This record gives sequence, C-alpha cells and structure tokens, in this order.
Amino acid sequence: MAENQEEVKMKRTVFLGALTVAGVAAGAAAAATLDDVKARGKLNCGVTTGLVGFAAPDANGEWTGFDVSVCRAVAAAVLGDPAAVEFVPTTGKTRFTALASGEVDMLARNTTWTFSRDVDLKFDFVGVNYYDGQGFLVPKALGVSSAKDLDGAAVCIQTGTTTELNLADYFRKNNISYEPVPIETNAEGQQQYLAGACDAYTTDASGLAATRATFEAPGDHILLPEIISKEPLGPLVRHGDNEWGDVVRWTLNALIAAEELGVSSANVAEMSGNTNNPEVARLLGTEGELGAMLGLSADWAKNAIMAGGNYGEIFAKNIGEETPIGLARGLNAQWTDGGLLYTPPFR
Amino acid sequence: MTTLTDPPRESFRLSMLLYDTRYRSLTFQAIALLLLIVAIAFLANNLVSNLAAQDLNISFSFLSSPAGYDINQTLIDYNSQSSNLRAAWVGILNTLLVAVLACLTATVFGVLAGVLRLSKNWLVRKLMAFYVEIFRNIPVLIWIIIIFTIMTAVMPAPTAFRGDDPASSMVLDSIAFTNRGVYIPGPHFSRGFGADGNGALNWLIVIAVLVGSFFATRMVTARANAAQEATGVRPNTLWLNLAIWFVPIIGVLAIMGLYWDMPTLSGFNFSGGIKIGGPLIALWFALSIYTGAFIAENVRAGIQAVSRGQTEAASALGLRPKRVMSLVVLPQALRVIIPPLISQYLNITKNSSLAIAVGYADITATLGGITLNQTGRAIECVLLLMLFYLIISLLISAVMNVYNSSMKLKER
Ligand SMILES: N[C@@H](CCC(=O)N[C@@H](CS)C(=O)NCC(=O)O)C(=O)O
Repeated sequence: MAENQEEVKMKRTVFLGALTVAGVAAGAAAAATLDDVKARGKLNCGVTTGLVGFAAPDANGEWTGFDVSVCRAVAAAVLGDPAAVEFVPTTGKTRFTALASGEVDMLARNTTWTFSRDVDLKFDFVGVNYYDGQGFLVPKALGVSSAKDLDGAAVCIQTGTTTELNLADYFRKNNISYEPVPIETNAEGQQQYLAGACDAYTTDASGLAATRATFEAPGDHILLPEIISKEPLGPLVRHGDNEWGDVVRWTLNALIAAEELGVSSANVAEMSGNTNNPEVARLLGTEGELGAMLGLSADWAKNAIMAGGNYGEIFAKNIGEETPIGLARGLNAQWTDGGLLYTPPFR
Repeated sequence: MTTLTDPPRESFRLSMLLYDTRYRSLTFQAIALLLLIVAIAFLANNLVSNLAAQDLNISFSFLSSPAGYDINQTLIDYNSQSSNLRAAWVGILNTLLVAVLACLTATVFGVLAGVLRLSKNWLVRKLMAFYVEIFRNIPVLIWIIIIFTIMTAVMPAPTAFRGDDPASSMVLDSIAFTNRGVYIPGPHFSRGFGADGNGALNWLIVIAVLVGSFFATRMVTARANAAQEATGVRPNTLWLNLAIWFVPIIGVLAIMGLYWDMPTLSGFNFSGGIKIGGPLIALWFALSIYTGAFIAENVRAGIQAVSRGQTEAASALGLRPKRVMSLVVLPQALRVIIPPLISQYLNITKNSSLAIAVGYADITATLGGITLNQTGRAIECVLLLMLFYLIISLLISAVMNVYNSSMKLKER
C-alpha cells in the first residue's frame, strides 16, 4: 500500500516535471529573435497584403516599397543580404497575431504607434518611419469639400485599425452620422469604393494617396482637407526581446542618420574608406564597435544603407514627388529641414 | 432436481485487467481517459506558461470597456461608446437574424426542390437536379461572394436616384434597390406605446393578437370537426376564420395608428424605411440556396423511403395525388427528413460566421473580429465565440429533437 502511494507520488512528480519543461521550452522560444534570424538565414517580415509604394510585389513578383525597404535594410544589417527576407502579407486584423505568435520577426506595415498597442498588446515600436494622419478620399462627383459634409455617407473602413476608431470618434464629435462599410484589405476597400458601395474611403492619408495612384482616373478623386488624427507609422517587434528591438530600432535610425549625414547608397562605399566625420566613421563601422555592441558585424549600417539607400532615397524612390504617389516630405523631412525626423546620435 | 452451484470464485488478480474480457475494456477506457486528461492538462499548461512568458494574462474586463467602433446593422441601441459586451450582443442578434431567415428560406427551397425533383415532368426534374448539383458542389463562401459582388456591381448606387431625370427610380415609388441594399417602407405607429410611440411593446401586442387569432381558429376547426363527426356535415368555417384572422389585427393596427415610413433619398443615402443591407441579403440568399440544395436531397430521400405500396394504397382509396402527398407520403417522410434537417440548420448557423467575407456584422465580425483586434484579447474572444456557437447549436438540436420525437412513429 505504502509502496503504491510512493509510486503514484513519483509518477505525479515526473508528470508535472515534464509539463514544466515543455512549458518553459515553449516560452523560451519567444526570446532571442536575433539568434533565430541568424540561424534561419532569413528575416520574416510582416508587410501589408498590398499597398503600392509601401509594400507590394512588382511585375517580377519582387516585393518593393517604403516599408519593404525597412525589412530589407534590417536583413542587410543582420545577415548582410537585403534579399534574405521572407515577406509575410498581413491584414489589419492578422498583423498583431502574426507578430505575437512569432510567425514574423518584425512588422513594417503602416502600423500606428499607440499606447495600447505598445503597453497592452505587448509590442515595442522602435521608431517612426512615416508621420501620417487619417484622411478621406471621395469622388469629385460627390461634390463634397469637407469631411463635415459627409453626414449620412457610407464610409469604407478597414477593420482592426486605429482609423476605424478615429472615424467613430470624429463623426461622434461633430455630431454627424455615417454608415461603416467594413473591409478587410486595401484591395477590397478600393474595389468597394470604386463600385460605389461607399461614398468615401478613409485610412491613413499616405495610404489613400498610394491607393488613388493605382486608379484608372486618379484625377476624379480628391482627398478632403481634414486630417482627423495623428498616425505615426513605424516598425514594431515583440515586447521583451530588447536585443532584437535595438537591432531594428538602430537600423531605422541608421537610415535616417545617413540622410542627415549625407551618406547615400552612391557614396557609402567611398565614405567608409575615407571620411573625416567621426560620426560617419562610427556609423559605417570604420571606427568604434557599434556593430559588435548590437551583436552584428562592423559594417551592419553600411549594408543597411547599401540595401536601398538612406531614408531620403527610399522615400523618393517609393512614394516621393517623382513617383505616381507623389507625397511631399512634409513632416517627414529631417529636423534640419523643419521636419520631425530626428535620430539620436551614434556614439 | 438439480441445484445451482455458484461458479468457483476466482480471486482478482492484476493480470486480469488485461487478459480477462470482463475487465479489459474498462482498462482501456481508463487509459484513454488518462491520456486525454494529460493531453488537455499539457495544452492548458502550455497556454498559461506561454502567456506568462509574453507577460499576458486572461481577463474579461475588456467586455465592459467602450467598444469604440460603429456597426452598420444594429437591432438594439448601440453606438461607439457602448461596451464591447453590447457590441457582442449586436453581433449575436445579427447572427440569429440571418440564421433564422436562412433556415426558413432554405427549408422552403429544399422542400420545393426535393418534391419537384421527383416530379413526372422531365424538364422540372432535370432543372431541380441541376440546381441541387450546382449549388451544393460549390463552397458556400464562393456563393456569398458571388452574390455580393453581383449585387454591388449590377445595382445602381443611391446617387443614380438623384436629379430631375434620375438614371434609376424606385419600384412602386416605395422600394429602392441599390448596391448598398434594399430599402423598403417601414411600419411605424403614430399612437403607439413607448418612445415616439414606437416601442417594442407595440410589436408584442401585434404578436399577442396574432397568437390569439391562431388559437381562436384552432377552436373553430375543432368545433367544425366535432360537428362533422356528429352530423356528417361540415359547417363552412372559411369566412369565420378569415374574420378571426383579419378583424382584430386590423383593428389594433388602426387604433395604434399604423403608417408606412417611406425610404427617401436624403444626402448620400436613403433614409427612413427599413434597410435590408447588401451583406445581409448576400449572406441570407447564399446560405438559403446552398443549404436548400442539401435539404432537397434529404426531402427526396425521405419521400423515396416511403414504400410505393403506401402511395398505391392511397390512390386505390381514391385520394388525389396532391392529397396522397400531403396526407400519406409527407407525414411518413418527415420521420426520415427531420434528423438530417437538424444538421442542416446547425450548418446554416455555423456557416453564418462566413459573414465576415462581406462585412456583415455577426458575432464573428464584432466580438471575434473588431473587438478581438482592437483589444488584443484573442483567447478570451475566441473562447466566448466557441461558447456562443456551442450553446446555440445545442439549443437548436434540443428543440429539433423534441420536434423529432413528437413526429416519431409512436410504438405502443
Ligand atoms: N495606421 C492604421 C491603419 C493601417 C492600415 O491598415 N492601412 C491600410 C491602408 S493605408 C493598409 O495598409 N492596407 C493594406 C492591406 O490591406 O494589407 C493602423 O495602424 O491601424
């Protein structure tokens, strides 16, 4: 009898032990993303399902865009290869689950930095790569010149976004009504809007500009003057893995600093050889060991800049005034030019 | 006389658990149960420790905080300041609405198509076979999207109704078919009860009157039956029944001042009247025709399960084919039809969660979609969702099983 009890007790201990081990093993997988990425040889980067200029596959099936360039820069910094990225398309609804579950290592997906996402959803925003605000796109034929005229309108709105909440707040504040037409992806929103299932389409103004650029007759549609919210868009990682957060944060900062310091994809090779600006030397790894501190090679930032150019180049190539999307730098100019881009020093 | 002797009593040995057929199955069941418990405990433990590793917890307090988003079809009062729980209720009612509507129409489609598939008319028979095969062999999600896309692409936008010489006009001046939905006149009361005279109480009164009429007509029929039994002559009850149905309800509606609120074009959209949204129509119609095809097969199977002798005997008694069907065949066929019909109703309810594809605000879209996403409470929301569908499905089965046992062959 006593023997039996012993046996039962022992079995229970073994069983609980096994459970704890399994639990811990599963928990530990969440940390050390940098090692995972290096071991995998590939960065899993969450992007949109397709928003031309920000993240969309081009005619050859290659992902390009403003957000995609951030992914490529991180891949170049960590793995030395801007092509070593697996792009994972996510919708406004699936993106956070994809990041929290570890399906992607980072998100670069028009995602607004908000308190609750940072604190409650347990993510870390590493910075802002586009200062944006929410706008409204309407057909010119609708004859509307202000968002306040939209009383009673049907408005297409992507679910699971901040814009959905801002929209409710704005109409409530102005005491006007609307009918939400919920959509899952930008492509669906575009189709519904063009089919007339909604009178107006609202999302980040940059997204609207990018969407309008793909219309057959972009001139028939206007952006209303009201910008109803602040939408600082930036890359984010899981909370709690600070090493990995640092890597993504400083890669983004490196792109911004490069523009400020006059380092571009054209002159980066030459400048890393001979520069008399010590900050440039530290950035490009010819002086000091910033790379080693991050757990990366000395030329991490150089690789990141060579991947797609500095912040200004990336902006100009993907969404700038020369492109069909035609966004001005505005708030996204360097602080030295009256914008908000201001990276902490590299030292 | 023989005496019964007890078989020699064996003492219980441990090996008997495996080698004795009396105990073996118990042993295996115990092992299976144990494994199941271990597996569940493992999964639960894994979940808890993973959540802890990510600094997350399980909490339902988000249900009482403001939802923050608007919903386009609300059967109860709701605005963006209402709680997430309220948003979930809006979703639940929307789910139930489309499920009930679709169950009704799917049954109608199914019975019609099932009966007609056995028609003597070659063309009708083949048409119904075509319907069944086309609709049940293409996934319902595709049907939902096809119908929704056709609706948004083919129907005119509300702007087409504007101007002096509009491109589109309202049917009978009261119904507007637009790419956002169908607007029909809505009943209102000028002297009703409740807020603006349009409280829910009015409708309860209307329902009560209708139920009263129903029972009154049942009594009339019962009395007619009794008279027929006693005298052999059936009194004519048609006019009496019509009067019982119509006089009270018309009276009540007149007293409460029923009038029709017409949809009118104001601003961007129609306002007034009742809007049956495009997503609701697409979902309702798709679920109905899709499930109707399955029900048609059940009905056909049920009818064919009634032996031909029954039909022949009924005809030999001089019953007309229609009466053979309604008095002899269908009542017996129902016994075969009802059990699979239960699963079809369950399918409709569960398939209604595909609503999300067309932006219909059902429970999956509100609680399991927007609330989940805005609060990040995925596990909690999914647990609640599972609970909801489980309860609804069990309720439907329970109700249908009661009906089934009332229809079952009573063996005395
Ligand atoms: N910034 C908002 C909205 C982000 C968003 O979903 N933007 C849309 C339009 S700009 C988008 O990226 N759509 C692409 C897609 O559907 O994959 C948020 O973070 O919630």
